[in-house]
This record gives sequence, C-alpha cells and structure tokens, in this order.
Amino acid sequence: MRDVAIIGIGHTKFGRAAKSSLELFSEAALQAMDDAGVTGKEIEALFQGAALPGFEEAQVMPAAFSAAELNLGPIPATRYEGACASASVAIRDAVMWVASGDFDMVLAGGVEKALSMGTAFATRTFAMSCHSPTEGPVGLTFPGVFAMAARRYAVEYGIPLDELREKMAYVSMKNHKHGALNPLAQFYKKMGELKVEDVLNARMVADPLTLLDCCPFSDGAAALVLCAAEDARRYSDAPVYVLGTGQASGSALSKMEDITKPVSRVQSARMAFKHARLEPKDINLLEIHDCFTIAELIALECMGFFGWGEAANATANGETDIGGKIPTNMSGGLIGKGHPIGATGASQVYWIVKQMRGEAAKGNQVDPVPEYGMTDTLGGDFGTLCHLILGRDRR
Amino acid sequence: MVGVGKTQEEIEKELAKQYIPLSYAEYEEALSNGKLMGLKCLSCNKITCHPMPVCQWCSGRDMERVELSGEGELLTFTVIRVAPESFEAPYIPCLVKTKEGPNVIGRLELEPEQASQALIGKRVKMSGTYTYKGDKFSGGAHVCPVFKIVEP
Repeated sequence: MRDVAIIGIGHTKFGRAAKSSLELFSEAALQAMDDAGVTGKEIEALFQGAALPGFEEAQVMPAAFSAAELNLGPIPATRYEGACASASVAIRDAVMWVASGDFDMVLAGGVEKALSMGTAFATRTFAMSCHSPTEGPVGLTFPGVFAMAARRYAVEYGIPLDELREKMAYVSMKNHKHGALNPLAQFYKKMGELKVEDVLNARMVADPLTLLDCCPFSDGAAALVLCAAEDARRYSDAPVYVLGTGQASGSALSKMEDITKPVSRVQSARMAFKHARLEPKDINLLEIHDCFTIAELIALECMGFFGWGEAANATANGETDIGGKIPTNMSGGLIGKGHPIGATGASQVYWIVKQMRGEAAKGNQVDPVPEYGMTDTLGGDFGTLCHLILGRDRR
Repeated sequence: MVGVGKTQEEIEKELAKQYIPLSYAEYEEALSNGKLMGLKCLSCNKITCHPMPVCQWCSGRDMERVELSGEGELLTFTVIRVAPESFEAPYIPCLVKTKEGPNVIGRLELEPEQASQALIGKRVKMSGTYTYKGDKFSGGAHVCPVFKIVEP
C-alpha cells in the first residue's frame, strides 16, 4: 500500500447558504483543485459525504451530479453516508483507493444543507440515524442521546450534575471563543466571550443540555484533493500526509455496555493509532466531534488523551485550549464553527491542514505549527466512528 | 429448497422460524398487550431484548421466546424540550437495565418537573406503552415500552 497525501483543500462559509448543495460542493471542490493546482482532467474519482440530501433538496445520488457539475467526466463518483461521519468515511475510502494504487489523484469531501430544513424537520431527519425500531417510537433526539450520556457520566464518576454542567460549559466557551475568530465559522465574531452562566441559563433543549451545549444546524461544504505521497511535492510545497485511519461501528443504544465509553469510538481511535504507529502523546492538535459539550469530553477519553472521567476537569483547567496539553477544536469545532453534517469530517481535515501550514486565524494558530494532528468524527448515536491521523512528514 | 410450492405467507413463516425468532412486529404486538418479550439463548442462557436474529451476548442461533418481568433499574433519562416534527415535547426517554440482564429503551411515566438526577438507580417497572402515531417516514405507527418508578 502506498502513502497518501493531501495536496489541496477547500471550505465554504458555514452557516445559512443560499446556494444549492451542488453549488456548495463545487465551490469547495474548485478551491481544493485550485489550491493543488490541478484540473478536472487529473481527478480520477470522487468520494462525497452527504447524509440527508434526499430530505434537504429531494436529491439522492448527489456525487454523480457533483462530478457532472465540475465536468470531471464519467469518473466513478460515490456518495458516502455515515450520518455525521459521512465525509470522514468518504475520505478514509478515498485514502484506501489511492493507497491501493487504483487511483493516483482523487477528490474527497462532503456537503450538507441542514440549516435550510428548519429545526423541527432537521431534528426529525437527524434522529433517523438513531436505531429506528427501538429509539424511533420513543422520540429520541441527538441532544437527547447526549443528555442521557451526560447524566450517566455524572453517575459513573460521582460528579454532582450541576458541577458537571459547569465543566461542560467550558467546552462551549472554548469552542465559541475559537469559532468567533474563524472567518468561515457560522458564529464568526459572535459569542466569543461566553460565561459559564450563559451556557447554563440558555434555553433547555434536552435536560441537562441547553442550546449552548449543542452545535447548530448548518449548511456548508469542504473538499480535499488527495494523491499518492510520492507525487505530492510536484503539486504542493506543504503536503500533509495521512498517516493512519480508523473506522468502527456501534449498535442500538440499548445494546451498548456503557454509553459513556462507546466501544466504537475506542476501537476506531485505536485502529488509527496502530496504523500510524503513534500514540496520543505524539499528537499536537485535535479536531474532534463536539456535537455536544459532553461529546467532546467522551471523545477525549475514548481516544486516550485523558483517563476515564478526567476530561471534564482537564477542560475546565484549560488543558484542551491553546497552550494546554492538547489544543482541541481550534477551528471552533462543531459548536463554534457549525456542523453541516455531511461536510464535517472534511472540514476537520481542512483545519488541521491549515494549522500545519501556519494559516489558522490569529488566536487559533498553534505555535509551533503542529507536526501531528488527529480528527474524530461521530455518526449517529455512536453508530459510525472514524479517525484520521495527519502529519507534516511521511515518516 | 425453502418454500417450494408454498404460498408467500407459508414461505415467510418458514424463513422467519429459521432466521428471525421474534420479529419487531411480534415484539410490538406483545408490548401492546402489556408484555415485554425477549429471547433466551439456549447456548449461553442469557436474554436478548429487544429482539435480534442472533443472541446479543454470544451470537447463538438457538433462542426461545420468553416474557420478561418488565422490572429493572433506571440507568439514565432526559427530558426532551425540543421535539422532532411529529412528536410533542416535553417527554422523557429512558434507558432501563432489566432484571433479566439486557437494557431496554423506552419512556418514563413522570411529570417533567419531577425529573431529577436522584432518580437514576431507582427501581422501575413497565407500566404500559406509548404508541407513536408515525409519519410518512416511519412505516406506520410503532410502540415502545413505558416505565414508572416503583421505589420511592
């Protein structure tokens, strides 16, 4: 298997888009192709994450039409659907195909127009990635799943719920602080100076999670150009290499042994570390799936950056902020930057690459530039997990 | 060969016996009659609930239908304040560890104002069912168990 590099990146403004999904994806894809200095003729396949296009714009099979919009010719173009992890799964498969030698250069990314659906319909369609037979009739929602996890987390680690809520608030404060500095973020220049009380006293969505414990619904797209590592320097002075990938699947919520320690997240992260021959201590920067404040804490623990039950205190102590032990979500994360679900994994990679090029916004840029970065993307209630480890050197 | 010369209904029954020991439709019908049905594995003796085609613990294929007590312990819950289209907030999803072993998801019969963290760990018992009327995506109406706190 060959090594694979990222040579071009593209990212639309996240928020409410007037453009169609096809236009959003085209915008991100053309940015990525311009960034790599390649034309459509060189792209041999398209791997596109898109979770709910049928509900958003009555469009299934969006990947084929995206390839057509870009005049890429009759190349293979496939939509990947792993709920909120759709783009990461698409990127992972794109890496596999280039690594195998079947393709030399491909386009991968994702797109979503979730904000345009409105809250009630978006909540309904997002909930479709819960286990339909058992969680469907209950009316479980995504905030609901993570609210249940937060209550369980408090019990497991003997933390009074009010105290845990205060610590969770630090995730929102940190991610909004960095989102407010990111010009492509949904909440750019907004909510950059939240206080604990603001998070605690916001409107309750699913007890104990308030609106400010939750990421928003978003429209947006992000895309990458990937090629064989041996060719990367022909296109880019600063290619970023995919050093390891992991993917794992979960079950219905009721079949999970412990919803605060999802096996799928642990397994996927371990697979990526093993593949990259790295450990958590080697990683300088994380973009992780903070769909809810509690989700960031659970992710940090599952990936091995903190012991079980330790991420809440670590976050409140600033260990996951810039200058801390492991800067996490310096783009603003899903909470501050927005979460167009099918695009999120590609956006996470985009911001790691930006950091590695030293091009993140002032106040978000990690110094010195990170050598190793890692993404964590979660689909459904722990149904699809995907991790990517990126590095500035091939190793 | 399975089902040669038989009606569709007979073929479905035959395949179900072999591959789907308790269907969701049968599970929901039992719920509607106040019964929480599961499957007992003849290999590891553990209980699977909600139903699966294989034992949720050991993947065993030989399972027989059993009725669960409906009793258990409240593992966690939330009060949904922002509901999806076709649902009406507030309501309380909950996760229950049944006396027989498997966890079951359902709703908690409780006033939202009374929902506090202190309820976690309390004993609960199935007290009925909630019927979701369904929408154009759900393939009709569906049923889930409802639990109530029995330990003060």
